[in-house]
Order: sequence, then C-alpha cells, then structure tokens
Amino acid sequence: MKKIEAIIRPERLDQVKEELERAAFKSMTITEVKGRGEQKGITLQFRGQRMTVDLLPKIKVEIVVEDERVDTVVKTIMKAARTGRIGDGKIFIIPVEHAIRIRTGESGNHAI
Amino acid sequence: MNLNSGDTAWMLSATALVMLMTPGVGLFYGGLVRKKNVISIISLSFIAYALVSVQWVLLGYSLSFGPDIMGFIGNLNYLGLREVGLENSDLTMPELAFVMFQLTFAAITLAILTSGVAERGRLSSFIIFGVLWTTFIYDPLAHWVWGGGWSARLGALDFAGGTVVHISSGFSALALSIVIGRRSGFGEYDMEPHNIPMTLAGLALLWFGWFGFNAGSALAANSLASNALLVTNTAAASGALGWLFASWLRAKPSSTGMASGAVAGLVAITPAAGYVDPIASIIIGVVAGLLCYRAMLFRLQRGLDESLDAWAIHGIGGLWGSIATGIFANSSVNGYSGLLYGNLEQFSVQVIAAGAAMIYAFTATLVLAKIIDVIVKLRVREEEEYVGLDISQHGEEAYA
Repeated sequence: MKKIEAIIRPERLDQVKEELERAAFKSMTITEVKGRGEQKGITLQFRGQRMTVDLLPKIKVEIVVEDERVDTVVKTIMKAARTGRIGDGKIFIIPVEHAIRIRTGESGNHAI
Repeated sequence: MNLNSGDTAWMLSATALVMLMTPGVGLFYGGLVRKKNVISIISLSFIAYALVSVQWVLLGYSLSFGPDIMGFIGNLNYLGLREVGLENSDLTMPELAFVMFQLTFAAITLAILTSGVAERGRLSSFIIFGVLWTTFIYDPLAHWVWGGGWSARLGALDFAGGTVVHISSGFSALALSIVIGRRSGFGEYDMEPHNIPMTLAGLALLWFGWFGFNAGSALAANSLASNALLVTNTAAASGALGWLFASWLRAKPSSTGMASGAVAGLVAITPAAGYVDPIASIIIGVVAGLLCYRAMLFRLQRGLDESLDAWAIHGIGGLWGSIATGIFANSSVNGYSGLLYGNLEQFSVQVIAAGAAMIYAFTATLVLAKIIDVIVKLRVREEEEYVGLDISQHGEEAYA
C-alpha cells in the first residue's frame, strides 16, 4: 500500500476529483494548505517595489492505494492538475504500513 | 414653501438610511466573491462612497440640479455648493438636506457597478473611472429625470431612481465587464461565493436602507411616503418569493437566489413606489424576481462575466420597474395613471425614458471604460489576479 500525497492548485481540484473518479478512485482526503516551492511564492511589482507573497493557497489530496495502482493515480493527477506553469505542485508517494476500516475492522488492502 | 420640521426630520433620517445601503452593497458583493478578494470588493463600495461624496459637493450637485442646459445637464452655478442656501422655494426642508440625500443616491450607484470589475479591477484605475463615470454618466442622467431635463419635461415618472440609479448602474456594469474581460478561469472552474451569511447581512442593510431610499423620495413625511414604504416592502418580499420558487423548480432553493430576488423586487419598485398601489407592487415584485432570474441564466449561457449580476438584477429590474410604472400607475395614489387605466401615453413615455437611459449608460460607459483602459489599464496583472486583490491591491488578508 502507498499513500499518494498531491499538492495541487485549488482551482484544479474539481478537475482532479473528476478524473480520479473516472479512473475508479473514489476515496480521498482533502486539506486546504499553504505552501511554496523553489521560487518562494509569487513576487509582485508595485511601483518599482517588490512584494513577495511567499505562501500560496494549495490543496493537499491524499489517496491510499494498492502498490500496482500507484502509477495510474499519479498519471491521472498529473493530467488533471497540470497547467504547465510554475506552481502546479508536487506529488509524493509514501509507503503505508497498515490500514484498518473502523466500521468493520477489515484491514490491509480490503480497508482502502 | 415654508420649512417644515417634520419633513426635515424625516429627510435627515432617510438620508442616514440610504447611506447604510452602500456598505450593504459591499457586504452583499463581499459574500459572493472568493475569499482572496473580499477586502477589495467591500472597500470598493466605501471608496465609491467617499469619491462621490467629494465629487457631489464640488461638481456633481451642480451638474445634476443646476439650471438646465438644453435638457441634458445642469450648469456650473452651484459649483462647490455656491449659492446653495439653507432655504429653497421648492422644498419644505433646507436645501442642504436635499443635497445630502441626493449624494447618497449618486454614491450607491457607483458602488453597484463595482460588480463589473469584481475580482480583477485595478484600484487606481477604478478611482479615475469612478470620478469620470459619476460626472459624465450619473450626473446627466440624474439631471434628465430629476433636475428638469428632457425626460422630466416629457413627463417620464421615476420616483426614486429606477432609471438614474438602477438602469444606469446595471447597464454600465455590463459595459464595464465587457471592456475589462472575464475573470481568469471563468467558465473553467467554479467560483463559489465564499461567505453567504455575509451576503445575507448585506441584504438586510439594503432592505432596511431602501425604506429611506424610496419613502424619502417623497421629500416629505406624508401619505405618499407611507405608500412608498409599504409598496417597497411588499415588492421586496414578492421578489424574494418569486426567485425562490422559480429556482426551486430547477434545484434546491438557494438563499443567494432569495436574496437576489429581494433586491430585484426592491429595484423594480424604486421608480414606481410613489405611483402604484400595494396590489400592483406584489405583481411588480414577483415579475422582477422571475425576470431577473431569467436574465441571470441568460448571462451565464452567453458566457458574460458581469460577475455579481448588477446587470441582471439592477439593469433588468430597473428596466422592468420603469416600464411597470407606466403600466400600474394608479391616479388614486399620486394623480398619475398608467396603461392599466387606459393611459397609453404614460406607458410610451416610460419606454422612451428607460430606453434612452439604457442606451446612454451602456454606450457612454463602453467608451469611457475603453479610453481609461487604453491609458491606464483597468485590469490588474495576471499574477496579481491569481494571488487575489486583497493582497495585491491592499496588502491585506481578510482571514489571516
């Protein structure tokens, strides 16, 4: 099992949700976050002065899937979240040790 | 006429009521934008109020209510309120009370049209635009109708500003939104209202303030003012219910729809408040709710980003109200009768006056906005729009 953690543009969330659903991935957790990449946010020019907005609003999408489905999820997210410009975000893949469904007590791949 | 302390007291109170409507517009719009632009849109209403407050005293009152030039505009006799004394032979209150009452009308009109630049307008350009718009578009329109201009001489009825305030701001907002262009991402992803209770609080202030707007336009504390106040309330209520039920047929009845319907009803009764009876006001309100709802759907279908629906609600609602005045005017209210009572002439005059205001507001705003856009750019840069106007125009965040 792997957890896929994608930091995306808030305005691409609808698209990402839709595409994931089309690829049969329905479960996910979403958090509103703020963050920055190498460019340290966006620099605005104001009358010759620079003003940096260093933390921009992003959405964090977390999905846990079986190992063999990781590639599909990553490709789907990339396709839906990509605009080709700075600030499109990142995807991290993290190993998951165990998963349990609280209601039934099922565990492992059955729980996700 | 002699000064009357009752009239004077009512006008001072009504003025304070109308003043509250401008922040009301700000909050109404504030709830509808995304949270990165809420400071910007509320501030625009206050800035509109401040700009017009100064312009009105220096120039606007004279252009609107000064001695007539060819039926189009007032002259400069009252520049800086020169020669505007405490007493005026046409009024039962000090003229300065009338000046201040009218100031609040001019101010809210500019606040309404901020809908057309919502979430993408440059603050500095809006300030320039606002002063020029009030001077070249609002002031002549106010003169046509209330300052002894051609529309008044023709016999057009506009009790509290259906043409001057609502048709003008609505159609100008549409022209402005066409010149400035759509918000980036419009039509690609949802731009949901960020705080609906804020919009409802704005509605409360608007509904409350509108009593001063319409009943104050009687310019006296009398039975006409009472009629105006009652029909204003019924039309608002009917508009709210009309939009609510119409939208219920398609989906869940949203509170923003109900709020928009109430404003549509208030807008439509504005020109009619001193001429129609309570039963007519129910019809005017319901039709306003249905018509403005259709207008909003039409705007969305056409991909027009007149973002906060000043056109659908104020433009179309004002148009309907002005024409409805020519249909439902009842001579038992104020001596004027409309189409329903066999007066075709009044109806035609209403159509001409409303049509002229619509065409003038739309085309003059289109030209003015285009000129300003070429010289100073109406719109912020793309990255400024992306991070939001609160940060890029004000250096502030609403919800830190």
